[in-house]
Amino acid sequence: MDAAVAGREAEAPWVGRALPRKEDAALLTGKGRYADDMPVPAGTLVAHILRSPHAHAIIRNIDAARALSLPGVKAVLTGEDIRKVSDPFLVAVKEPLPQWSLAVERVRFVGEPVALIVASDRYIAEDAAEKIDVDYEPLPAVIDPRAAVAVGAPLVHPDVKSNEVATRSFTYGDPKKAFAEADHVVALEVEYPRNSFTPMECFVVVADYRAAEQTFDVLSNFQGPFSAHPVMARALRIPGNRLRLRTPQDSGGSFGIKLSVFPFIVLMGLASRAVGRPVKWVEDRLEHLLAASSGPNRVSKIEAAVMKDGRITALRMDNLEDYGAFLRAPMPGPLYRMHGANTGAYDIHHLEVTNRIALTNKAPACLIRGFGGPQLYLAVERLVQRIAVELNLEHIDVIRRNLIPAGVFPYKTAAGALYDSGDYPRAVEGAIGDGRLEALKKRRDEVRARGGIYGIGFAAVVEPAMSNMGYLSTLLPAAVRERVGDKNGAVSLATVNVDPLGAVTVTADSAVQGQGHATVLSQIVADQLGLTPDDIVVNLEIDTQKDQWSIASGTYSSRFSPGTAVAAHLAAERIRNKLLRIAAKQLNILPDDVELADGKARSRTNPDNALSFGRVAGTAHWSPVMLPEGVEPGLRETATWCPPELEPPSKDDRINTSLTYGFIFDMCGIEIDPVTFQVRVDRYISMHDAGRLMNPLLAEGQMKGAFVQGLATALYEEFVYDERGSFLSGSFADYLVPTATEIPPLELMHIETPSPFTPLGAKGLAEGNCMSVPVCIANAVADALSMKDIPLPLSPRRVHALMVGEEAPPPAGLGTAAKQEKPKDGRDITGKGAFEVSAAPSEVWRTLLDPEALKRVIPGCHELILEAPNAYRAEVSLGVGPVRGRFRARVLLSDLDEPHSARLSGSLAGPLGAASGGGVVGLSATEGGTRLVYDYAVTVSGTAAAVGGRLLDGAADIIIRKFFEGLARQVGKEETASPHASARKRSGIIAWLRALFGGRK
Amino acid sequence: MTTLKPGDLARIDLTLNGEAVSGHAEPRMLLADFLREKCGATGVHVGCEHGVCGCCTIVMNGVAVRSCLALAVQAEGAVIETVESLAPDGTLNAMQEAFRKHHALQCGFCTPGILMSLIDLLRRNPKPEREEIVHVVGGHLCRCTGYSNIIDAAMDAINGTAK
Ligand code: FES
Ligand code: FES
Repeated sequence: MDAAVAGREAEAPWVGRALPRKEDAALLTGKGRYADDMPVPAGTLVAHILRSPHAHAIIRNIDAARALSLPGVKAVLTGEDIRKVSDPFLVAVKEPLPQWSLAVERVRFVGEPVALIVASDRYIAEDAAEKIDVDYEPLPAVIDPRAAVAVGAPLVHPDVKSNEVATRSFTYGDPKKAFAEADHVVALEVEYPRNSFTPMECFVVVADYRAAEQTFDVLSNFQGPFSAHPVMARALRIPGNRLRLRTPQDSGGSFGIKLSVFPFIVLMGLASRAVGRPVKWVEDRLEHLLAASSGPNRVSKIEAAVMKDGRITALRMDNLEDYGAFLRAPMPGPLYRMHGANTGAYDIHHLEVTNRIALTNKAPACLIRGFGGPQLYLAVERLVQRIAVELNLEHIDVIRRNLIPAGVFPYKTAAGALYDSGDYPRAVEGAIGDGRLEALKKRRDEVRARGGIYGIGFAAVVEPAMSNMGYLSTLLPAAVRERVGDKNGAVSLATVNVDPLGAVTVTADSAVQGQGHATVLSQIVADQLGLTPDDIVVNLEIDTQKDQWSIASGTYSSRFSPGTAVAAHLAAERIRNKLLRIAAKQLNILPDDVELADGKARSRTNPDNALSFGRVAGTAHWSPVMLPEGVEPGLRETATWCPPELEPPSKDDRINTSLTYGFIFDMCGIEIDPVTFQVRVDRYISMHDAGRLMNPLLAEGQMKGAFVQGLATALYEEFVYDERGSFLSGSFADYLVPTATEIPPLELMHIETPSPFTPLGAKGLAEGNCMSVPVCIANAVADALSMKDIPLPLSPRRVHALMVGEEAPPPAGLGTAAKQEKPKDGRDITGKGAFEVSAAPSEVWRTLLDPEALKRVIPGCHELILEAPNAYRAEVSLGVGPVRGRFRARVLLSDLDEPHSARLSGSLAGPLGAASGGGVVGLSATEGGTRLVYDYAVTVSGTAAAVGGRLLDGAADIIIRKFFEGLARQVGKEETASPHASARKRSGIIAWLRALFGGRK
Repeated sequence: MTTLKPGDLARIDLTLNGEAVSGHAEPRMLLADFLREKCGATGVHVGCEHGVCGCCTIVMNGVAVRSCLALAVQAEGAVIETVESLAPDGTLNAMQEAFRKHHALQCGFCTPGILMSLIDLLRRNPKPEREEIVHVVGGHLCRCTGYSNIIDAAMDAINGTAK
């Protein structure tokens, strides 16, 4: 080999380099092309969705007449309209669980779409929503999955006999025998909370029904899987080629969530067809938090058969997973995506699993980063920690004793996963080595010695990537599978195109959300073609009418590295082989002697014998007749990658759920502040084996992002519902996304055991820390507090409850500021207060009971009508933080004791929520005039409840102040004006207003 | 003083990234919507419309402002800078370059707002400490990056080592 050749071969390939991204130049200058930035056809209308304030109610009637009379409003669609022109979405179980894109007959969760308004702009559409009168008959709701599956629980779907809509049990090996022979049985129950990773960009859909072609042309920031495409087409009652779905170049994050835009794609498509114009919808943040999507919450009972030395011989688990009000495709994915990996990183041969699917009156759960992994490992890895505690062993030693040993890969797990490669002991020893574990222990000793609270946690997880399309079939018994046909495999597609000047373009089946796939694809293709990544243009917009796609397409379940990337590699390799043959003929050498490098095709042995890349590529276009025999003209290759390892489930229900399996070992130290009960992560080390890293800069970016999402699950984020199903975390002031000030440093480490099942050796890597971090922190807190039951998220309130007890008073010296609220209390607002008005009680009484005067006093009151003696109907505009809306109020007065006191009760309803309750107002004479004392108790639901206590408080302050200022003004005026109201008319609206927005004064 | 009613259109003249622009807006129109829809400044992103996420941050009259919390009519006569102003000749500025080098953005949706807040910080204090940077970035939500690369990028840009 000559020196030049040796030198070139030593040149590092592009794959493997920590290359900054192609995508960044546009995104850093405000030139991103997100869905809401894209131009829309002239005449496009805007849609807004009216949503349910009730967790469970019959829709008695929807009256949209007043909304339709507003100028600019084109149409209002309801569930009844939708039902006539579309079919319910397909579901994975056989029970009748029909879901349309708008609620039909009943609502089943707060935030469920009830009506769609199409108008000339969004402001008008939102105005119109306030003028739609929906008559609901509230029903009892069921929120906790354990309560939901109990006998006699209210049924979420009355046509299904139980809220436990599907159950399957699996046995692998002989767990019964293992448990009988075990030295110990260690058991635990864990509960994984509801949360989401709330991408910063919400859902966007632009739908244009093209009547002439009978085609729905839709642009949306949908992320895949494109298995949802047939689901949408079926709902629209069209063949798939009539649903042209396009995704934009940029998407503002997704993390699984933007699959759940699909019902809205159908809804906007139907709306566009109904009005004959394109329709655009941009979801807002309140809608997103309320009802876009969520990870499923899960209650797991798990037990292990353990030998004296800590060796686990069998696992038994019962998973009750709560998917909310509907089973949205592809649910119950999280229960089955991890199925093969149920024994985690451990060599356990006997396994029993029961998967139970529960429905409740909460927003439907769906895809989310981690997808079943965080739930599984919370159970398994908490249990391993408990085994150590109960057997008096070191936690790390129990992990070591049970890890799958090196040298046995590919390794078949009890439930059928084929772990491709790994060296778990090396990864674990690498992480704890160099004194890292010793340092953590020393730190723990020091903190404990000074009376502090410190704990160390570990978590070992296997991270699957690129799902087998057959995994969900495991839900069905083998006999049924045989009848309906086996699903299996996973198709990845990518296309490399070279134009007549040799310029290269790549398209692929990945719907990006910020991962940097364009950069990685350009590295892969550059290596094959002897070009630089800068030479390659990658366009990852998807157009289902024109581009390569299949049901597995999209960006989810970490399928890029083991899937799409491989397809691009294969497509580029084909182009390369073709170019080698063309060049060989032109250079007059053998194809074996040709190499593509430095933008040239040249002889390896005589590099001076060379042609430019463009020249060779041009031949395929300009001189197709001159091509060597057997070489097809043109230069465009679409490669399909479908690895054979993704077999269908076996007769005995074993399933290789994914293609690659990475490994993560995490170790952390946490300290709990004894005064604030805050959990502070002192040190966090995360060791990864993701096979070959194609771009370490981007790989670590994914890991850092997942780490903070895992941290959020462990400590901060939770969707909270009260017992009646009111949603209480509807703004970013209530749903706590961590910020830069909350982030501990992360120490990342890597080993690489390349996957033998993909030509690039790369595994998925973006979800692992979402799986490992929550349980690692939970284990550390368990260690710190020596406790068994560790609820998530570990908010100060929960840690306080663990340490001091739920009802205990705050620690001495804390004062009232540390008083914790129980979220269970929801927006049951109670309170009292007083206000002075400088007029006599009789005068105030008169004003309060005069509808005309009151109308002027009540902030935002449009109308106040006396419907019956002591019964009022009013319409008011109220604002709570970012939310503003019109409400219809009904108030009844009783126990009138003029001019001293009155009792009032009533209800309030509007698109932003509902409220009901009552209170008492008292008037007493003072030197300066009248002192009003009020006292109330009110329940608020819907958006108004979701936006949270502090906003309600703030709004209450303003409204009450405005009211009394108005009252003072009005009373002054009334002294000269002639009172035209009878003394018997009254209002309790004020106190009731306060009741709605009342603070804890 | 003119009183505007719902439905009335107000004419708004302002300076956007050095250029005079004008447009009409209803009194209730948000400044963020006005900049995006009427002025084409789609680098202004809307992530929450309730003042928490910081995606919509712009610099108005020399101060970083959340444009979802301001009305378009309030910007009459204002001098507004958005992310589109940061690389006038197409060359990334030091902060943008540092973001690229440190992979401080993934989806990029939060990025324009964070850049504007950092620019605002640097004008007030050209050599901020790490804590100040964390504090300023702490006023923004980013779901992708986990923040650490953003802090590293800002530190790098400030120490002049970004290129
Ligand atoms: S959109 Fe303005 S702060 Fe979130
Ligand atoms: S980069 Fe996606 S939100 Fe920050």
